[in-house]
Amino acid sequence: MKHSLLTAATVACAMTTGGLSLSAHAADDYKLGLVTFLSGAASGPFGIPAKNAADLVIEAINDGTLPAPIQGKGIDGRQITPVYVDEAGGATKQTSEFRNLVERDGVDAVVGYISSGDCLAIPAVAEELKKLTVLFDCGTPRVFEEADYKYVFRTHSTASMDNIAAAHYVNDNVPELESVAGINQNYSWGHDSWRDFTETLKVLRDGDIEITTEQFPKLFAGQYGAEISALQVNSADVIHTSFWGGDTDAFVLQAAARGLLADNQVIFTAGETALNSLGEHLPDGAIIGARGPFGPFAPDSELNTWFQTEFTERFGTPPTFPAYHMAHALIGLKLAQDKAGVGASTEEVITAFEGLEFEGPGGKVEMSRGKGHQAATEMVYGRLERVDGEITFTDIVRYPADCVNPPEGTETVEWIQAGMPGAECN
Amino acid sequence: MKTKSLALLFILGLAILAGGLLLPQWMSYLFTIAMGKGLVVLGLVLLMRAGLVSFGQGLYYCVGAYVAGMLTQFAEVTDILLILLASISVSVVIAAIIGLLLCRYREIFFAMFSMAFSMILYGLLVRMQVLGSTDGFNVANPSLLGWAPGPEGASDLVLAVAVFLVVSLGILAWRYLNSLSGYAGEAVRENEIRLEYLGGSVFKVVYVKYIIAAALAAIGGTVTALVSGHVDPEMAYWTTSGEFVFIALMGGTAHVAAPIIAAVLFEALRTYAFAVAPYTWQMILGFALLAIILFMPSGLWSLVERFQNKKARKTT
Amino acid sequence: MKQLIAILVDGSVYASWLFIISAGLTLIYGVMRILNMSHGSFYALGAYSGAAMVGWYFSTGSVPWFSFVALIGAALVAGITVGLLVERGLLRFMYGRDEVVMILVTYAVLLIMEDAIKLIWGVEPYFAYQPYTMLGRTKFAGLSFANYDFMLIGVSILIGLALWYGLNRTRNGKLLRVVIHDREIAGALGINVSRIFTITFLIGAGIGALAGALTAPGLSVVPGMGIEVIVLAFAVVVIGGLGSISGALVGALIVGMARATAVHLYPEVELFVIYAVMGLVLAFRPQGLFAVANARKI
Repeated sequence: MKHSLLTAATVACAMTTGGLSLSAHAADDYKLGLVTFLSGAASGPFGIPAKNAADLVIEAINDGTLPAPIQGKGIDGRQITPVYVDEAGGATKQTSEFRNLVERDGVDAVVGYISSGDCLAIPAVAEELKKLTVLFDCGTPRVFEEADYKYVFRTHSTASMDNIAAAHYVNDNVPELESVAGINQNYSWGHDSWRDFTETLKVLRDGDIEITTEQFPKLFAGQYGAEISALQVNSADVIHTSFWGGDTDAFVLQAAARGLLADNQVIFTAGETALNSLGEHLPDGAIIGARGPFGPFAPDSELNTWFQTEFTERFGTPPTFPAYHMAHALIGLKLAQDKAGVGASTEEVITAFEGLEFEGPGGKVEMSRGKGHQAATEMVYGRLERVDGEITFTDIVRYPADCVNPPEGTETVEWIQAGMPGAECN
Repeated sequence: MKTKSLALLFILGLAILAGGLLLPQWMSYLFTIAMGKGLVVLGLVLLMRAGLVSFGQGLYYCVGAYVAGMLTQFAEVTDILLILLASISVSVVIAAIIGLLLCRYREIFFAMFSMAFSMILYGLLVRMQVLGSTDGFNVANPSLLGWAPGPEGASDLVLAVAVFLVVSLGILAWRYLNSLSGYAGEAVRENEIRLEYLGGSVFKVVYVKYIIAAALAAIGGTVTALVSGHVDPEMAYWTTSGEFVFIALMGGTAHVAAPIIAAVLFEALRTYAFAVAPYTWQMILGFALLAIILFMPSGLWSLVERFQNKKARKTT
Repeated sequence: MKQLIAILVDGSVYASWLFIISAGLTLIYGVMRILNMSHGSFYALGAYSGAAMVGWYFSTGSVPWFSFVALIGAALVAGITVGLLVERGLLRFMYGRDEVVMILVTYAVLLIMEDAIKLIWGVEPYFAYQPYTMLGRTKFAGLSFANYDFMLIGVSILIGLALWYGLNRTRNGKLLRVVIHDREIAGALGINVSRIFTITFLIGAGIGALAGALTAPGLSVVPGMGIEVIVLAFAVVVIGGLGSISGALVGALIVGMARATAVHLYPEVELFVIYAVMGLVLAFRPQGLFAVANARKI
């Protein structure tokens, strides 16, 4: 018995320590931890486009080939070496992988996180380890509403913006609006999206809006037959959905085949990722959002033209919003570092990053919320229209950042329910 | 032999603790998580000794974690002892109720039914917006008897508590397994009817084991929640429970130290697979699992036994 | 009234889908006592190979109607090939091991196949919507339904009939039932149990892949889709009684109808419905609705 325990313990120790001492730290590169979904259902629509964008932008930063005004080779005078980590496995595992990145691999900064659960769990660890971390895609407004962070930044708006703007859009652009129905995934993203949308609509219309049905199918359910029937039975003027990825695809295919999309006005708050693959199934008039001024809604600029062309050329499809989110996070990080100067300490980079305003391929980003750590951008919706078989957009409405983002220091739901005081719309 | 082994367990515990405090933080974090999971698996192993495999230990793992989260976040109770006490009580109450129903089942039905219960908890938590739905919420740093070590020291505190728990509960579990009711568990696995003939109550044996396993899982969940600083419903999802069965099988049921060691190795293997093959880590885990089942049917512990040249125990 | 029709139609469509995804699972369990976790991977494999084949088929510009043959053919070939590989290369070395160990073996197969599928087809979504949209839709009672879904009901009935006929009216099927009833006696009677096992696993894997191929046109084929259906299929099979084909049919109908009712009348409980039904059934019939009681060996 004595030997047994000793042997086992030795084997365990040997395997753990031996197997894990992978770290080799080259001195003269900027190690950047990149965390996105490389497996699972979120990898196709989000993780891989984001990784592709990271590859493209990092290469351009290293070569110094990004269009003006972004200058200089590399970041902090160093070449970026990316360290990729799969985001799969949930928050507990991701906090562990974050520690590995920081302490084992010795990264200089971390850019990542698509899942809102991860975005809530990681900041506390980032603060503990004092490591600069840029959240690049997750939607939950809770990150900077529930706490203040020093080392954590988010370079895109929260999902609340998508849905507040969606409510504005249908209120202004759908004639004789009386009722709405919703189909959203049964998890935080879906619940929050639907809540922000309906609450805003109630405020905008003084409560004069009827909700015919609210459907919350399981995430990745794939079969929406019964939900589509329910939407047909409880017909509404507008159907709101925040579906993403494969679920959007499945819903679009099944709803289109049953005529729901032709008979009803549907607003897809994150529908842009489905355009490239399923555009032909979306009828004219469908309202599409891209979680910001991205993809077809991106403003004209040299940077955007570069990003669109290079991305499409290299990966075969145009960049979607996760790719833009990633590009913004990387460019924001580089600009903050540039502003702080070569050899600046993390604290100096943070000071430079706080309140930073910069132009990314998707237009202007203002780090104006969450004490300078949370971005606010404009939000765009448009109606799909085919011109000679090509997908274009009409009725494009751009909502300024201060119209659809809660002001500094407010909590989203409270702000909406208080009647959105201080919102500056056109 | 007993006392020697006990002493050794203590030394091992101290060694892990010392090692954990000296190791780079990411490793000691990994160790703490492994200790938490090891406790859950220890409970599972107790059940497996009686021939019952639960695919729903995630239920209590999640309950323990959420109790810790809710106490620190909403009730501002941060004392680690109070938290542990609370999560044990809550899980024991739940297990006592569910156990009444569940302990009538055996084999695959026990496995599936226990999974159903943990999926119900998952569904409930997903619906609860106040608890952050699928995103979960953060857990504040724990304290011990009025001493609050702050964010830097919190993980060391949890590590120390976890190691203490693992060693003491491991000894208790070991003594339990070597007691009359412990052996009754094996009798349940081998032949229930004979146990009843001998005057034992099969239901009672299984029921008690189920409750103990639930309490251990809740403690494991609490440890995990306190060290990772975040809880979410994923902890009750069936894949989490499946992972515990994976670890249990990896270690084997021959000794109480097996699940703990297996948990450490599993965490190491997974993080290693993650770092080496970000695209194919699942495949590596799959092959590792197959290799263990094929070549070490009694788990890694059989390596130890083989090394000792002892007669291999018959296990499930 | 409209709602009632909707519930009935949606329920039947969903039930037939559930039956198709769970028939192979229950067959394999009935004969081999293996609760095959990798069933979901065969489902994903069928979806991927079917979708890839349909995509290629339409790029050749051939007659659209034959795309069904391409879809189903590709899935069956892939499912049966990989099934053969898994059964002959791995499972046959494990027969006789504990049922729970077999769950983990197939879980390992699932992990490996998930990544293998990713290595072959990548993570980009695959589409095979042509068969789905081609069939058009039917309108009645103010609702419109996709004809493809009605076809799914037909296919599930066909699969059910084929399995029933195969098991009850053919020699091999009768041998199979002997094995289901008592493996040892079957062996003693000179039945080649090992061969029966191989055939069963191939049929089960084939149906699993077929289920994936039939589902693929209605959605985009993405990584992880296999994992999602396993729990669903398990629930159906457990409700009906593990190993019983007619049980799977009844289980699928119960779950399908319960879910459709929930979606239309109480959308907020949709997530629990399946587990609630499962709990209810198991509380009264611990072995499921149609399971044959096992004589306990003392």
